[in-house]
Amino acid sequence: MLSAAVLVGFAVAALAPFATPHLGARAGWVWATLPAALATWFAAQVPQVRSGAPLEQAIPWLPSLGIDLAFRLDGLSLVFALMITVIGTAVVIYAGGYLRGDRQLPRFYLLLLSFMAAMLGVVVADDLISLFVFWELTSLTSYFLIGYEHERTSSRDGALQGLLITGSGGLAMLGGFLLIGRDVGTFRISEMLAEPAALTTSPIYLPALILVALGAFTKSAQFPFHVWLPNAMAAPTPVSAYLHSATMVKAGVYLLARLAPAMGGTAVWFGLLTGVGTATLLAAATLALLQRDAKRLLAYSTLIALGALVVLLGVGGTDGAKAMVVFMVAHALYKAPLFMVAGSIDHEAGSRDVTELRGLGRVMPVTWAVALLAGVSAAGLPPLLGFVAKEVAYETLLPHAWGLAALVAASAVMITIVVLVAWRPFAGRETTAPRSPHEAPPSMWLGPAVLAALGIGFGFAPDVLAQGLLVPATRAILGADASFHLALWHGVNTALILSIVTVAMGVLLTLAWGPLHRFLVARLGGVRFGPAGAYLGFLDGLRHLAAWQTRVLQSDDLQRHLTTIIGFAVALAAGTAFVRGGIAFDLPPVSGTLYEFLILILVVVAALATVTAQTRLRAITSLGVVGFGIALVFIMFSAPDLAVTQFLVETLMVIVVALVLMRLPSTLLRKPSERFVPAFAAPIAVLGGGLLTVLLLSVLSVPLDRTIPAFYDAASYPEAKGRNVVNVILVDFRALDTLGEITVLAVAATGAFALLRRIGAREARDVAYTAPRGSGDDDEAGDGERDA
Amino acid sequence: MNSLILRTTTRLLIGVLLLFSVFLLLRGHDLPGGGFIGGLVGAAAIALYAIAYGYEHAFALLRIRPRTLIGVGLSLAVLAGILAAFAGEPMLTGLWWIRDVGPWTVKLSTPLLFDVGVYLVVIGVVLRMLFSLEEH
Repeated sequence: MLSAAVLVGFAVAALAPFATPHLGARAGWVWATLPAALATWFAAQVPQVRSGAPLEQAIPWLPSLGIDLAFRLDGLSLVFALMITVIGTAVVIYAGGYLRGDRQLPRFYLLLLSFMAAMLGVVVADDLISLFVFWELTSLTSYFLIGYEHERTSSRDGALQGLLITGSGGLAMLGGFLLIGRDVGTFRISEMLAEPAALTTSPIYLPALILVALGAFTKSAQFPFHVWLPNAMAAPTPVSAYLHSATMVKAGVYLLARLAPAMGGTAVWFGLLTGVGTATLLAAATLALLQRDAKRLLAYSTLIALGALVVLLGVGGTDGAKAMVVFMVAHALYKAPLFMVAGSIDHEAGSRDVTELRGLGRVMPVTWAVALLAGVSAAGLPPLLGFVAKEVAYETLLPHAWGLAALVAASAVMITIVVLVAWRPFAGRETTAPRSPHEAPPSMWLGPAVLAALGIGFGFAPDVLAQGLLVPATRAILGADASFHLALWHGVNTALILSIVTVAMGVLLTLAWGPLHRFLVARLGGVRFGPAGAYLGFLDGLRHLAAWQTRVLQSDDLQRHLTTIIGFAVALAAGTAFVRGGIAFDLPPVSGTLYEFLILILVVVAALATVTAQTRLRAITSLGVVGFGIALVFIMFSAPDLAVTQFLVETLMVIVVALVLMRLPSTLLRKPSERFVPAFAAPIAVLGGGLLTVLLLSVLSVPLDRTIPAFYDAASYPEAKGRNVVNVILVDFRALDTLGEITVLAVAATGAFALLRRIGAREARDVAYTAPRGSGDDDEAGDGERDA
Repeated sequence: MNSLILRTTTRLLIGVLLLFSVFLLLRGHDLPGGGFIGGLVGAAAIALYAIAYGYEHAFALLRIRPRTLIGVGLSLAVLAGILAAFAGEPMLTGLWWIRDVGPWTVKLSTPLLFDVGVYLVVIGVVLRMLFSLEEH
């Protein structure tokens, strides 16, 4: 049942492209039934999980490597699963209104629902490799969703940046997982956590922690990897609300929390997490003051929250874990609605620039109400859940002065952000907006309203939330028993005084925002500094490196290209044979029938004819004779499958080459400047052929190992019900290899297609210069030319 | 190519060649053949048609775009691998359905489905390259 709950999303997502066009305006409501049903199911598991008995299910996946598709639902997973499905319901409904009539809506729902399923997979996976696969799926779906409006450069760049940064982090994380798996002897997370001390005392602890943390920090946009998150705001707003604030960016936090019992509690852990988290807090708080776009403001406030979550995890202990989960739930419940409100403003009023909009509250009262409700929680004011969360976080950080100071400062900036997003565009008597605004449709305020209302409900009764979800989650993060109670009113204590200080600072900052913002923009606005600049520099460097090595190694002259490849292979193989020995000439006596010798002579003559040919047609025909001769050899030695394949490939080669030949001059003459290539290529070719001959003869002198053919002979029929061993190997015993090969074929065909189109476009352009024609280039190829 | 002999022969041969390619595909598990070889024969048949009648006509004969063939083929191969999961087996484990229907024994299996996927990918890849060469 658990695996079905995780995987059903993929099945429904696969239906989305086909069904969405028939659903019309109801699409959002229909697709929302999936997350809603899942949310109900997960909610129904609360009593069992609370009782300390997690749900478990495992499907063997690669048993030979000890990898299973294993799922486990404990307190921590359940909190995340509920956030994903509850906010998912609101977002799916919202998207139906926000993207109403959008041509690409079917594709959007495919991606959004796939993301939801992948995200559920991440938080419920109990196997590191499964977790990694789902993790990468969330990165991929995020890539496509950020690049949703792919005609816009900013969308494509933002999508690529997100993918490159989270993808590199994911790769580092995989390395960390493999290290851990090798050290502990299992990929099963629950087994790993059962022996908490094993990992922290291991010599691989530090490298593994750094690698895993790289994955978590890139995904959760921690400093200095935070640059991708603001640029991800190019995605449609439902995506920003869902992936880039409430769920996906918290995957890194989830991972750290998940592994905390096994990897946490050390000085390195504390230093790394609190250090990086604090840097994120401060960087985000500063950069937020540069923004005027409502979505980017919210993106930086998300960074503040993510930084705070990492700091709290770094502090650890019951207090840290408790504060982390409370803060996280509170953040999800206010940030998603705030994003959706920002999207509604954009949708109805035509702008997201908070200085450009005034008085929207008169025409969009419901949206404003939602904005205020979520905003008060975001600002950390009573009586909402955000207040409880902030108080708990302050209390936890009391012993850590600098972390506390950073959080207080960042919380003051949060207040400014809230005023800018949830107050400033709505307040005022006169309505100013680029478009004449009106209230958003119910699909666009219902979801955010419910989420914001949850924030106030849990604000008054935080202990309901705590006992149902947060205590079990805290226990999972600690790997030990814990219990606590939450209340809205704690009495007058240090945390409350700090809250009052925060509000005062926030008010002052808000009042000073105008001049401060202008000052900061003037000083820092156009500068590409720090991590953002480093990213661009790295990308440029990579492009130059690729261009350089392509020029040097992969010349567009085929002969030079082949010379490089064969020369390198000869050097490697001959070098290895020379150093290691292993060339032996213990040959059996030469024997063979007359036919075999005749075919051999034919092949040799044809090969000589190929290299001495003066025209292309002659060279190709001779080469064909070589191929057919070899196919005949295959037949003689009873390898019909090989022979048939060889015949067919030769035939198709002739067709392909004939098509190419029609477009090329018939002679092989080269320009004088290129004459040196044959002179250089001939010895390389002779060396290559000679080396292969030596190697093959050497192989012959070693007695053939019969165990492998004997295995296939014996196993082919009983195990795979086939008598043709070649085919049985291809489609059964080594089917994974075949799957890889046909994938390569498909990619190669696509690449060849794209290259040929480019050549076609270039020729069409050259022709156009000399003799203008009516027909223009097609767009796709035209784009490629401009990029070059 | 405007050759009456080629066109007439092609018209006679194309059906036989396509049937032969399917025949090779289906017998492959027990006798020489299989998805790769069958796919090459199928592609060669269409290529012959394209040479005789031009690629637009071959395209019309095929009705499906080569790239769709590639996509469907890859999906079938992956599906054949995933089906094993529903039997509680690791990916790409062969599942068999063998029944006697009248005088014949029908053998259906996920390896066969996989081979059909290979067959379609091979046809799609070869034709995609050929057609894009012909276009210029």
